[in-house]
Amino acid sequence: MATILADTDAAARSTDNSPEAVVVRFAGDSGDGMQLTGGQFTLSTALAGNDLATFPDFPAEIRAPQGTLFGVSAFQINFGSTEITTAGDQPDVLVAMNPAALKTNVGQLKAGGLIIADSGEFTKRNLEKAKYEANPLEDGSLAKWTLLSFDISALTLEAVKPFGLGNKEALRCKNMWTLGLALWMFDRDRAPLVEWLKGKFAKNPVLADANIAALNAGHAYGETAEIGGQVKQKHVAPVPSEPGLYRTITGAEAISLGLVAGAQLADLPMFFGGYPITPASAILHYLAKMKEFGVTTFQAEDEIAAVASAIGASYAGALGVTSSSGPGIALKGEALGLAVMTELPLVIVNSQRGGPSTGLPTKTEQSDLYQAVYGRNGDTPMPVIAARSPADAFECAIEACRIATQFMTPVMLLTDGYIGNAAEPWHVPDPASFKPFPVTFLTENNNPEGGKPLPYKRDADGVRPWIKPGTPGLMHRIGGIEKAPETGDLDYSPATHQLQTDARKAKVDGIAAHTPAQDIDQGTEKGRLAVVGWGSTYGPIRQAVRRARAAGKDVSHIHIRHVWPLPANLGDLLRGYERILVPEMNTGQLKTVLRDQFLVDAKPLNKVSGQPFTIAEIEAAIDAHLA
Amino acid sequence: MNEMTSIVKTTLKDWESDQEVRWCPGCGDYAILKAVQRTLPEIGADPAKTVFVSGIGCSSRFPYYMASYGFHTIHGRAPAVATGVKLANPELDIWLVTGDGDGMSIGGNHTMHFLRRNINSQILLFNNEIYGLTKGQYSPTSRPGTPSPSTPLGSVDRPALPCAFALGAGARFVARGYDTSKELVHVLKAAHAHQGAAFVEIFQNCIVYNKDRFADFTEKAVADAQQLWLKHGEPMLFAKGTKGIALNAEHLHLEVVDVVEGDWQAAGVLVHDVTNRAIAHMLVELPMGAFPVALGVIYDDPRPTYEAEMLSQDARAREGKSANLAKLFAKGQTWTVAAEDQGPLSGV
Repeated sequence: MATILADTDAAARSTDNSPEAVVVRFAGDSGDGMQLTGGQFTLSTALAGNDLATFPDFPAEIRAPQGTLFGVSAFQINFGSTEITTAGDQPDVLVAMNPAALKTNVGQLKAGGLIIADSGEFTKRNLEKAKYEANPLEDGSLAKWTLLSFDISALTLEAVKPFGLGNKEALRCKNMWTLGLALWMFDRDRAPLVEWLKGKFAKNPVLADANIAALNAGHAYGETAEIGGQVKQKHVAPVPSEPGLYRTITGAEAISLGLVAGAQLADLPMFFGGYPITPASAILHYLAKMKEFGVTTFQAEDEIAAVASAIGASYAGALGVTSSSGPGIALKGEALGLAVMTELPLVIVNSQRGGPSTGLPTKTEQSDLYQAVYGRNGDTPMPVIAARSPADAFECAIEACRIATQFMTPVMLLTDGYIGNAAEPWHVPDPASFKPFPVTFLTENNNPEGGKPLPYKRDADGVRPWIKPGTPGLMHRIGGIEKAPETGDLDYSPATHQLQTDARKAKVDGIAAHTPAQDIDQGTEKGRLAVVGWGSTYGPIRQAVRRARAAGKDVSHIHIRHVWPLPANLGDLLRGYERILVPEMNTGQLKTVLRDQFLVDAKPLNKVSGQPFTIAEIEAAIDAHLA
Repeated sequence: MNEMTSIVKTTLKDWESDQEVRWCPGCGDYAILKAVQRTLPEIGADPAKTVFVSGIGCSSRFPYYMASYGFHTIHGRAPAVATGVKLANPELDIWLVTGDGDGMSIGGNHTMHFLRRNINSQILLFNNEIYGLTKGQYSPTSRPGTPSPSTPLGSVDRPALPCAFALGAGARFVARGYDTSKELVHVLKAAHAHQGAAFVEIFQNCIVYNKDRFADFTEKAVADAQQLWLKHGEPMLFAKGTKGIALNAEHLHLEVVDVVEGDWQAAGVLVHDVTNRAIAHMLVELPMGAFPVALGVIYDDPRPTYEAEMLSQDARAREGKSANLAKLFAKGQTWTVAAEDQGPLSGV
């Protein structure tokens, strides 16, 4: 197993100083408003026409003790005038609002990169909390970077003085001061942000004015060259992109919108049963505000009730949806078996996080693939789809709704903490461009002999009819116990169980005939090396393969959306390469599935540090496998 | 129950499914099944709009024997499944069938929240004080000292009281009956008439693993002395009117008083008020033996149901809004890339 570490010399050496892309990391105490600063900087980046990708990286604690190393919250953005698919390997600029933020983040900063530090926060007490023996701003330990330190706290207090805020409230404007400086650095328009602040503090215009003053002061600080010529203003050109309407979107938003669209395309009301869990709760929050789209949201008493209520809703004729993260999905396992057994549509979203058990609640991982594909008692086949990016999550959610309703099956949609929280520009689609897949409920007796209705009579694809309770004349009983073909009557005779187990498997296997063939993201149909990925490793794999191919290397990128059943052509496709490399944020789960399904010698590249792969890590592995 | 818009004429036969009933011969479940099948025609229920939802256990096989819609779900989760069914289609009339293991042990959490939310439905908890389908282990309602395969020396934990649990969870309707009782149909009808989650504990004789567990109050010979059938507005009398239940106001507990020559007022016998929650708590906790078992409708005081509140909130949220996907997709701050210059035109 080729486990690699994020912070190696090799990675540092292969950094790309591409001038058309910049990586900025805002880091501060969890109370410093870094996520908000990052979010607003993202918006201004999008409005400037750059392509971008972001990576919010925050602690599991809501408000960890101030100034501590584990209380640091960071937001990284990579933007540029070329295609951006990752949040960037190493920051070019680190904004550190306190010693702890500097200590936990400076190691990743590119050699020669810029540090902007708030010297006002580098007090003896804060240095101790960050376990610094000496002040790093003064002891020369930051020599390999460009250091720019000034008392942002004092400058902010000065800027907001006219508004008569208390000291605590005034210091809260620090993040806007910093943002102002960042906007100056990258030649950004402040107007949209000023509008946003006015809206946000509409009820308290004094706070709006104070924040705007802080923003302007930060901007002016850069402009009037008070920073002594160490930093030049940079202009990152807009990226050429397809004409149309754009917005930024996070994975959680994209999934919510995709589910709403999917239910509409199926012509069904949606019932969403959820239970709070990081990082999946955002989907429940978004959907709770979309009632006008026929969405009912229900916060259940636990994960089991969340999925069980969704199954009940599907039984009653709605599109049942539930969402969670690994530990919650584990709790839902038995109910997923019920959905498979009764053959009811259901969409389960798993926003994966580091495991096992509670693991790393706010950090990303891809270690629930086995759970999704195999993680239930009995032979319990279930389609699995994996989103590769925030924008892609939208289409994946629609695809999950399509498969669930057209094949009467639960479908697991895999996303992860990275996709869920990260934002990227999204070309707003035209709803009319999606092909509807309206559901037809059975309303007439389907028994050719006129006897009782046959709720488990299968069509050519092995799919049973969907019968809503309330339909006259079609009364029947379903359940988790083995059932006779066609009638669904309780029957656990040996022949029936064999027949029904085979039928359930054949139905799910057969879905591969109704999903797209596996394409090649970059590269050729045959060759020396295929890098095969799934989920959120898409960004770094794409960039690494792009660079390798630009350097003339024979490497292709295949990215799997349909994890189960796997695309019908995938086995033949994989056999066309001499070597197969599977980078995953787990210890080799897709690798094992590919070996099992196709008897190919897939090699793993694994990382489970809670951080996404860097491009350099994958480039290095490509080189090693081509050597 | 649901708001009955139409009365459908059916007979008991119309509610019998074609499935062979597979409970042990002599099981109390047979009598309960018949009582339910007798109740439904009397209330004018429509088999097409009636859904029986159950968990796992002997009692949970119930839906297979009803010629309505039915869902035999997983252990303990029937209340959660039923919640989804009701929220997706509030017009359906939901009957939830569970047992003491299913509803009080593995599914206790769901039972609590189902009652607390007040989902309009009938919950029939068959209490036989034993795990039948898994062959006789003691259950959360078994009395202390119950010998069983898992407690060969007798159980040591204290039993849960389903009706006390239900009241504690916020149930607005609590009733009790037993399998062979002729009164059971009336109790079920009252449960159905209640708007909200109606909780009915039905003592049920497990002929194989806990035979005659309830004989000390269900046997004909002791029935009069050991059964207190409650009726709203009527005095709490038993033993052919010779005894009654009074409130000891000084120590705040119920006590048995003798009624001389029918003068129950003189004896201070309480008049049953189904809306009196405090007395309901006392009634469900009366110790068996020293007191008769309180049966019938113990508490009935409706409150708005979860689905009614939720649907009206949703309707208000939808008011004046249309399901415009294009608008939804383009929400928030957007920008346009124009065809000619390949750069951003405007921020919105």
